[in-house]
Amino acid sequence: MQLHFNSVGFIAKTFFIGNNELFSTMYTLSLCSTILKIVNAINQKMQDRRQQEMNTEPKHVRYEAKANVKPMIELIGVSKEFLKPSGEVHTVLRDINLTVGKGEFVSIVGPTGCGKSTTLSLIAGFESPTMGTIRIQNELLDGINRIAACVFQTENAFPWKTVIDNVSLGLRLRGTDKRQAYDEARKWIEIVGLKGFEGHYPHQLSGGMRKRVALAQTLIVQPQILLMDESFSALDVHTRHLMENELLKIWEETSASVFFITHDLEEAIALSDRVVVLSAGPAATVKGDYRIDLPRPRNVAEIRFDPAFMMLHEQIWNDLRDEVMISYAHTVGHK
Amino acid sequence: MHTLSAINNNTKEEIDSRKREIRKKALKIRARNLILQIFLAIIIFGLWEFLADRQIIDKFFFSSPLEILLHIADWFQNGTSQGPLYVHFIVTFEETILSFVIGVALGVIGGYLLGRNEILSVIFGPYIQMLNALPRVVLAPIFILWLGLGMPSKVALGVTLTFFVVFFNAFQGVREVDKNLVNNARLLGANKRQLARHVIIPSALTWILSSLHSSFGFALVGAVVGEFIGATKGLGFLISQAQGAFDTAGVFAGMVLLSVTALAANWAVGKLEKRFIAWRFVRQ
Repeated sequence: MQLHFNSVGFIAKTFFIGNNELFSTMYTLSLCSTILKIVNAINQKMQDRRQQEMNTEPKHVRYEAKANVKPMIELIGVSKEFLKPSGEVHTVLRDINLTVGKGEFVSIVGPTGCGKSTTLSLIAGFESPTMGTIRIQNELLDGINRIAACVFQTENAFPWKTVIDNVSLGLRLRGTDKRQAYDEARKWIEIVGLKGFEGHYPHQLSGGMRKRVALAQTLIVQPQILLMDESFSALDVHTRHLMENELLKIWEETSASVFFITHDLEEAIALSDRVVVLSAGPAATVKGDYRIDLPRPRNVAEIRFDPAFMMLHEQIWNDLRDEVMISYAHTVGHK
Repeated sequence: MHTLSAINNNTKEEIDSRKREIRKKALKIRARNLILQIFLAIIIFGLWEFLADRQIIDKFFFSSPLEILLHIADWFQNGTSQGPLYVHFIVTFEETILSFVIGVALGVIGGYLLGRNEILSVIFGPYIQMLNALPRVVLAPIFILWLGLGMPSKVALGVTLTFFVVFFNAFQGVREVDKNLVNNARLLGANKRQLARHVIIPSALTWILSSLHSSFGFALVGAVVGEFIGATKGLGFLISQAQGAFDTAGVFAGMVLLSVTALAANWAVGKLEKRFIAWRFVRQ
């Protein structure tokens, strides 16, 4: 676009000067760039179609297809520092390099206080990194991330809104009219299994049901990036497995990338395509990056007894344990 | 399925009888509470009447419940020495409502602006703290000098009293909005206006509405104190006139009328609260 405008300016200038030769060269140049753009667009479209074909293939080869797709989230040399009240600079994250592919399910594990949530708020655009860059779909992230949605650890649902108002909020904010938004919301409420609770307020629902509302609320805007900040950690084990399975089921039908934060290694392995281990804070950085080649679709409750799962768990835990020990030593030392 | 329906059939009558029982119990508890409340009133006023009647306490200084009631009835029937009662009543009520509405509106707007805008709150913060620390009743004489004996001076006093209560609550309410909810709305695509409408105002409303009870009381204080200091109409004026004539029963009668007004207003604010934060009162 930039090139195009420049050439137009040039054309005008040369027109006044009357230099016909320069005029024609510039004109051809701009024509060339236009053609190039069209070719690019066609390429892109074909790629998209290929992508779609891949997604419609049987579920178990899905991971293979996704392994070499283009990046959705890229963190390049990202550091985050805060100024402590005492005046010192506190480094939370140091030199993080991380790529999440399109449609990939990546979990971040690490000891408490290592900056997992900070990473998430950087990707969401709530905060900006002190150093380094964050690219979303190859574009520099500036301000809030427009193609992401987040399920938080605590509450997503607005307590003063009914379930259907909560779920339809994302569409209403984007200007969809009420009836259409409600129709869409009803669809999602049914998908997450809350049919019949449209008129309830969040505090009338159980913790598991509120998480369902949160899921529907974030998924209705069809985010290309789904951020999850220890989303299920407040649930009891059974509800948690149920929700995890449902998340996987819904995710497999979309092409969203998931960035899942958890302190539970088992949960991370059971859900993800990749598990990234962060080192203990302060100044946490990526310590390990593991591919999880377990077949999909998975049952979160049962996959834990798979020998391959146990091997991966042992391998990653070896890495994570050291960091947990360091982190623990820190907290004890501070007290 | 079979057993379920069997249970339903068997116990339909039982359920009904149990319902009746539960309702009866609840009614009993309410009746008991009411009786206890009335009982307390009877003891206090009975004792007062008894002591005054037996001349144990001086009727000149303490009057008696019966005398106060008669005084009010007299005011209703024959009007007061300063004209009919309803005129005073309406004047005080109007001043209170006006200062309440203006004070709440200013307080909410100010609290919202300063709560959302860091620079404004830094600039105005210390001055607002300073004004709040000042006992604002001392402003009454200056308002009367500026605005005269009429209604405006009382409204101005009431506004300065109510403003701060609502302001601090609105400010706090805006500040205490759950950060996750704000972030969630922003990610879902809310712009500044939508953020205010869907998240910040509903969240702050709980705080603001809870401040309305006390701020209405302050509006009333503003009106009455203003009337004490200088006025030609109003319940406060009536009380101060009665005081000047050593009419103890008159002072008490004015107090009773004021407290009835306050009670009615409190009830109305409660209704308002239920209407605006209905989601808080919905139970399973």
